[in-house]
Amino acid sequence: MSNDALAIKKNGSEPTYLEYDGKGRGIKSWIFSTDHKRIGILYLVSLITFFIVGVTFGFLMRLELIAPGRTIMDAQTYNSIFTLHGVIMIFLFVIPGLPAVFGNFFLPIMIGAKDVAFPRINLLSWWLFAFGGFLAVLSILLPGGPADTGWTFYVPYSVRTGTNVMLALFAAFVLGFSSILTGLNFVTTVHRLRAPGMSWFKLPLFIWSLYATAWVQVLATPIIGITLLLVAVERWLGVGLFDPALGGDPVLYQHLFWIYSHPAVYIMILPAMGVISEIIPVFSRRTIFGYKFIAFSSIAIALFGSLVWAHHMFTVGMSDTGQFIFSLLTFLVAIPSAIKVFNWTATLYKGSIELAPPMLFALGFVFLFSIGGFTGLFQGTLSVNIQIHDTSFIVAHFHYVMFGGTGFGIFAALHYWLPKMFGRMYNLKAAKTAFWILLVGFNTLFFPMFIMGWLGMPRRYYDYLPEYHIYHLISTIGSWILIIGLTIMFTNLIRSLRRGKVIQEKNIWGGETLEWSVDTPPILENFVDIPTVTESPYEYKMNEYSETEKEEVK
Amino acid sequence: MSSQEHAAAHVHRDDVGSRMGMWLFLFTEMLLFGGMFFLYSIYRYMNPEAFHVAAKELNTLIGAFNTAILLTSSLTMALSITAIQKNNKSLSLFFQFLTILLALGFMVNKYFEWTAKFHHGIYPGGEELLSRSPGEVLFFGLYYVMTGLHGLHVVIGAVIIAVMMRFTAKGIITQTNYVKLETAGLYWHLVDIIWIFLFPLFYLIT
Repeated sequence: MSNDALAIKKNGSEPTYLEYDGKGRGIKSWIFSTDHKRIGILYLVSLITFFIVGVTFGFLMRLELIAPGRTIMDAQTYNSIFTLHGVIMIFLFVIPGLPAVFGNFFLPIMIGAKDVAFPRINLLSWWLFAFGGFLAVLSILLPGGPADTGWTFYVPYSVRTGTNVMLALFAAFVLGFSSILTGLNFVTTVHRLRAPGMSWFKLPLFIWSLYATAWVQVLATPIIGITLLLVAVERWLGVGLFDPALGGDPVLYQHLFWIYSHPAVYIMILPAMGVISEIIPVFSRRTIFGYKFIAFSSIAIALFGSLVWAHHMFTVGMSDTGQFIFSLLTFLVAIPSAIKVFNWTATLYKGSIELAPPMLFALGFVFLFSIGGFTGLFQGTLSVNIQIHDTSFIVAHFHYVMFGGTGFGIFAALHYWLPKMFGRMYNLKAAKTAFWILLVGFNTLFFPMFIMGWLGMPRRYYDYLPEYHIYHLISTIGSWILIIGLTIMFTNLIRSLRRGKVIQEKNIWGGETLEWSVDTPPILENFVDIPTVTESPYEYKMNEYSETEKEEVK
Repeated sequence: MSSQEHAAAHVHRDDVGSRMGMWLFLFTEMLLFGGMFFLYSIYRYMNPEAFHVAAKELNTLIGAFNTAILLTSSLTMALSITAIQKNNKSLSLFFQFLTILLALGFMVNKYFEWTAKFHHGIYPGGEELLSRSPGEVLFFGLYYVMTGLHGLHVVIGAVIIAVMMRFTAKGIITQTNYVKLETAGLYWHLVDIIWIFLFPLFYLIT
């Protein structure tokens, strides 16, 4: 080891992961580091960057729709903008999302390990992610113009359009590879590297959700990989696979696409549910209600969620039997999701609730996710689906689940764990203000879409009839409020990294999981000695977390 | 903690974990090909006649010969692992080399098979192919994509085994630490078994 001099500091304490640079210096000590914590932060920086780009595209889309007719861009640009918004937000933000950032950082710590099972593959998956992101950016900038197919790349249009679909397809393929490697790594890590005594039912629930997610990543992602590859081959070499002109069936493309992309929404939401299962017991000071039910519901969601894909295709002309089965399975997925919501609310009951920022975001998640979940059932109902298929109702539903759900879950995780990662505290008041603005902005932005979708406003349309104007106007105003909220939140968090109050106590919030037993920020190898686990992760004892400690943090 | 212990902590070795990682990767490979098997079965169901006619044009003899080659290569791969377990480094190297040779033999056969088809105008966008029924276009589309992707896997497998030969020669793979060779072998057997399915689907079922 080249860095032994640094390994143990003069005062006898271990260096933190922020201090230990390994072989490189400066940026090299980050982009070539195999430390799971540094890789987590690499992902954090990349994801936030892409999120801001995605938000910008979303903002421009809303601005165009503020009034009927042309406002700021032509129809072709609009088509590209909603495609880019979708591709970036889905493949570069929510899918990697929580597993890549907080999974990487905290999974080994929470199970009492020094790193993931394959640290070098972990770094490789970040590099693949960066390469995929680069290709996506390239597809925007190169002549030919950004893809205009929507993030779903439906054939035959995706085979025929003249835009840079090839690059976008290849980008999604590479990003899928990155996602597979992360999943493979996490499954092996959870199986092999749990600390002594950390039995399966002592695993924190965030780990259970990551574990279920990792299996979906491993088993579903290859399908999208091959599907996108086949579209690319069809475009490039003219091999007849999906194009009806060559005997192919475009509906088969849709099946293959959704066989991955429906489970993918569970890749997006499950880890967020895991975060909420961590935060709610901590800020209610109560043992989580129904631990095993929450753990198994993650597995059940992963399992059922993989079998419901054709509910995206109720209008393509499937057999009645097929429609019936997929509709039934869709309703079944609601059960494990509801189990989680009931268990979270039951945990709150008679708890000592502290409305710190992470808890606010977690409760926001439960509220918004419930709306998103229920409206999902509308769409699983065959007759109703015909009415609202491809309207802005589905856009609203999807954003309630993915932004109100996963997005707020990610914000909750940021407020919960960021102080632990960097050893500095953000401004609590600003964080709470940001939450309320975000909540108001979010609902103003997306709720009108339910109404206009119900009335028949199609999704992805550049222009609309005057009777929808009022809803679009309210929605666009909501997007401004949302952006104000995001700006306050990110400014507060980023500012805290340099100027926030330095914190050194290990257990900032009074959590019982292992990450609160290590130093703040964690040392290079997480633990001086690997701990032996004897208790369940949510055993709260009376008065363990004293009022004075709470005051110190503030 | 002494600095020696600290250094030792970096040499984390977990053979069971490595094998598990490889198995998970093989699952992804199976699903990758699974997507195409799915397409194949549906298109076959939709165009039974055309698939019947098109399959007759593939040379069963070359296909059978290639099957024999890949099966033998799986044997030599397994033998190379047994050899290293018995600490016979040179024998292990010999068998690994033989596996690579067989992989190359497979690819050479594939090359002649494909170019012969190209000569007859049977390739994506080729005039001869486009004059036929849509079902036959689909059959040959799937044939080229599936055997092509499989061929790519054969090449990747051969490169991996070449790297393993280097590791064996340098003493990184030894009698007590051969998990790398073992996982490379797992990958090679997968390449083999995918061909075991491709062969009857394209050559034998007519």
